[in-house]
Amino acid sequence: MKAVLESNEANCHPASAPDFTPVDELRALQLARLQAVVDRSWNHVQLFRERMDERGLAPADIRSLDDIAKLPFTQKGDLRDTYPFGLFASPMKDVVRLHASSGTTGKPIVVAYTQQDVDVWTSAIVRCLAGCGLHRGDVIQVAYGYGLFTGGLGAHYGAEGLGATVVPASVGHADRQIMLMKDFGVTAMCCTPSYFLHLIERAAEMGIDIRELPLRAGVFGAEPWSEAMRQRIERLSGVEAFDIYGLSEIIGPGVGCECRRHQGLHILEDLFYPEIVDPESGATLPDGELGELVLTTLAKQAMPMIRYRTRDITAILAGRCDCGRTVRRIARIGRRSDDMLIIRGVNVFPSQVETALLEVEGTLPHYQILLTREHGLDQMEVEVEVTPRMFEDKIGALQELNQRLQASLDRVLGIRVRVSLVEAHTIERSQGKAKRVIDRRTS
Amino acid sequence: MKIKQISLFAENKQGHIAAPVRLLAGNGIDIRALVLAETQQYGILRMIVSDWEKAATLLEDAGFTVKVTEVLAVEVGDQPGGLSHVLATLDACGINIEYMYAFPRFRADSAILLFRFTDPDAAIACLQAAGINILASEEILQ
Repeated sequence: MKAVLESNEANCHPASAPDFTPVDELRALQLARLQAVVDRSWNHVQLFRERMDERGLAPADIRSLDDIAKLPFTQKGDLRDTYPFGLFASPMKDVVRLHASSGTTGKPIVVAYTQQDVDVWTSAIVRCLAGCGLHRGDVIQVAYGYGLFTGGLGAHYGAEGLGATVVPASVGHADRQIMLMKDFGVTAMCCTPSYFLHLIERAAEMGIDIRELPLRAGVFGAEPWSEAMRQRIERLSGVEAFDIYGLSEIIGPGVGCECRRHQGLHILEDLFYPEIVDPESGATLPDGELGELVLTTLAKQAMPMIRYRTRDITAILAGRCDCGRTVRRIARIGRRSDDMLIIRGVNVFPSQVETALLEVEGTLPHYQILLTREHGLDQMEVEVEVTPRMFEDKIGALQELNQRLQASLDRVLGIRVRVSLVEAHTIERSQGKAKRVIDRRTS
Repeated sequence: MKIKQISLFAENKQGHIAAPVRLLAGNGIDIRALVLAETQQYGILRMIVSDWEKAATLLEDAGFTVKVTEVLAVEVGDQPGGLSHVLATLDACGINIEYMYAFPRFRADSAILLFRFTDPDAAIACLQAAGINILASEEILQ
């Protein structure tokens, strides 16, 4: 079965066919869909129409895909400003589902789906999972939070659509997650990478070696993670780790995903049109250049998004993937422009901290960054949990560990960082999404 | 001959030693010897307890970072020069001591020194050749 799938991925699921559309056909389809979505938004979304009017633009001005650059951007703030339903392009009677962000800062953002949108979303995740080599007969445990967050239900419907057996575990209760993985013969996990690392660690404490379970794949998303973290996950668990990308504003998980070549994430371009722009000027950048990912939904009814600024920094990769898919790929997203910390004038991304910690042998990335200001100067402290594996019964060995961590951070970040070794399980883990930065600087 | 010791990682903060000690007390585990090695940030609590396996399981299950290590318990005459004689013996054999702590007035006329050696087997041979008594766990825990 595995060999068949590898030799002919196009046949792994009928829903995967659009991944292989000839490029000319794909561009024609994208243009037709772009024109339709602009038309729909112009007719039903007041904010979009006002912005088009300000620019003296009408839907008829979009005659080629390049014309997309004329269109106004949509920002996260627009969703907050029009809370809750201001950007809907369908009447409520046609909306079958609402999701919302957790809303830790201010009002949450709300997103809506018609039945057709739910079906499109499901098909997108089916294509992603099929690209990971999953199929009917797989047992997929979904350990994203179920509820207002798009991760749980999105992955659930996708896995069901694929024909796999779904274990809707939701997030939390690590011991029970591990019991289900073992007892139900789970072959694939869908969760955040940090939560999966937590499960690996917990399983080891319970005396269970995940490598001995039937688990063979992990589809991880909802937070940026590094290549070093992938290697660590694969080494400790024996699973093949896939990066899946998505955001609620666009649809949820399933905007893009790695295939088994692991050379970037295929964006489902017939559904989500990608552009890369300069985050400062907003100017469109050519394929291959690093910038902010901007996405336009091409097949969404209830809440179309036109040129949505994702804040994710990546590049569209030039060239065709060996898997044969014609849809373009983006580089793995290691950072969000929102995540960037400025410490004493130096730009620091939390993902760099992770890289530095992973370089020191034996360190699991349960860490937290604390930012404070002392005498007007920014101070950065990284708290690292001491696990039984790292712990040596000698003060000298602990001091040496501390120094190695500090040296690695200094080298990667280029600034002086204080490292604190803290007791295991003392850093807060919230809803499976790791809370990496505590900023106590008062401006 | 080697004695199991429980080492526990703790942050150097108020109350951080109390929790594990309370857990052991609540489960009827007696702490026979104890020493705290500390830095400004954190410390290692080292203990010889009445039931090391039970203690290690209890502490691990409660989420503490614990290591079980082996130390040697050496009986030393409780008079001036007792310790000096043991150390001179070890020095003569070229034995490296990683750390040590005392368990005074173990018997009426002797104390116990708990040693962690880089090479415990070499230390055993050296001490036994000099006729110095190394205690077994049963003797310590009785």
